[in-house]
Amino acid sequence: MKPRAAGAWEAAQLLATVSLGLFLLLPVVALFATLSWSDFLGGLRDPLLAPALRLSLVTTTCSLAIVVVLGSLLAWRVARNPGRLSRWLEAVSQIPAVIPPAVAGVGLLLAFGRRGLFGAFLDRHGIALAFTTPAVVLAEAFVSAPFFVQAAIASFRRVDQNLLVVAGTLGASPFRTFLRVGLPLAAPGLVAGAAMSWARAVGEFGATILFAGNLTGRTQTMPLAVYTAMESDLRAAQALSIILVVAAFVLLFILRRVAPGAELPGSELRGA
Amino acid sequence: MLEIAVARRIGELDLRIDLALGRETVLVAGPNGAGKSTLLRLLLGVLSPDAGRIALDGEVLFDDVARIDVAVEERELAYLPQDYALFPHLDVMRNAMFGLAGLPREERLHRATEWLERLGVGNLSRRFPPGLSGGERQRVALARALARNPRALLLDEPFASLDPVARRELRVSLRGWLRSWRLPALIVSHDPADAVLADRIAVVEKGRVVQQGTLDELRQSAASSFVSGFVVRRD
Repeated sequence: MKPRAAGAWEAAQLLATVSLGLFLLLPVVALFATLSWSDFLGGLRDPLLAPALRLSLVTTTCSLAIVVVLGSLLAWRVARNPGRLSRWLEAVSQIPAVIPPAVAGVGLLLAFGRRGLFGAFLDRHGIALAFTTPAVVLAEAFVSAPFFVQAAIASFRRVDQNLLVVAGTLGASPFRTFLRVGLPLAAPGLVAGAAMSWARAVGEFGATILFAGNLTGRTQTMPLAVYTAMESDLRAAQALSIILVVAAFVLLFILRRVAPGAELPGSELRGA
Repeated sequence: MLEIAVARRIGELDLRIDLALGRETVLVAGPNGAGKSTLLRLLLGVLSPDAGRIALDGEVLFDDVARIDVAVEERELAYLPQDYALFPHLDVMRNAMFGLAGLPREERLHRATEWLERLGVGNLSRRFPPGLSGGERQRVALARALARNPRALLLDEPFASLDPVARRELRVSLRGWLRSWRLPALIVSHDPADAVLADRIAVVEKGRVVQQGTLDELRQSAASSFVSGFVVRRD
């Protein structure tokens, strides 16, 4: 390359790096920079905060438990049985990651709502899901499952097949092989996947508001509380947002300690 | 006594093997792609024969007619893959105890310790596999497999991942151990030097046993160019 062309190429990279880097950083900086301590503390006293925080913790814990338990078993099956069914299952498990959350909310309503495909059946047995706390859990589990499942499949695939055969010859049942060999060896990837999945569930907004509504104490999670607070008091919305950002940073920091080798945001997970 | 009569088609390979082992060591030799690894997988039970029968000490492990296919974990076979497959997240002692689940803890500890010591690696019990040499790994893997009192031993290229010095040393040790254990042992190898381990050699080519006998017998009348190449004197 000619010196001048090389110089232009260097400059283009530099410009892109600086502008995109600033663009990604600025909104986060703005959240912190434009709020005084007293406004922050005032925002923390907002009556929306406590119920939303509690609800977010409870529902994301439930959705994470569902996703991790069912997702691990599905991922193990897919990773251990290559074939058309597995490829199909893998694709299905990625659907929620590529459809817009609002569309997911409509879908959930049409599936589990009172007159939904499965909801009508539940309704006849006196079970109503839509606009309840369990609906929040379902919405969070739906949108966050792909993050865990994808990471779990990748980690399980990396477990040496020979170790599993040898575990079998040493008398271990398929379940014990999974528990004693597969799980521990895939653990770093599973932890990273669970964390990303949890982060996605905490931030879930679109599917929740459509399928579960925005009822304080019952279905109003942190992102919905931010949205509600915005209408009356920007400072309160900002304080709630800061709590979410700090939680995300703490999570990332812990992850780098717990699972240093694991893939973190962006490497194999698509953002929603 | 391990009796094998299996048929399996897999890709290009049309495997039909009849072989019987008493309390002796049989070396299964053959070029790459001859079906040696497939044979091991059929014996282990991770791959099912299309037809045939496998029996160990009179107990049927596989029989397509009687629809018997004993699960891997119930075959009581010891298997040593090429890389020894030690569990990297468990220390040597826990590796050795892995196959003893169901026994009281004292008994597990006792048996694992005994076998690790017998194979000369008792001092490594707190170490983890990634920090061991190839030779140490092989000894630990053998101890782990034998602590279960298996009924037969299957070794896949037992020295392929060792350096030449460790290879010579362990070959001598393994020959002694095999003589003392008196188990039916099947060693898959493409290395002619491994012939010294065996009472008998079975040469497999293109999925068939083309010749079997002692090293001397094979030398006297080699059935194929592979056999004559394999048994040629190197000393």
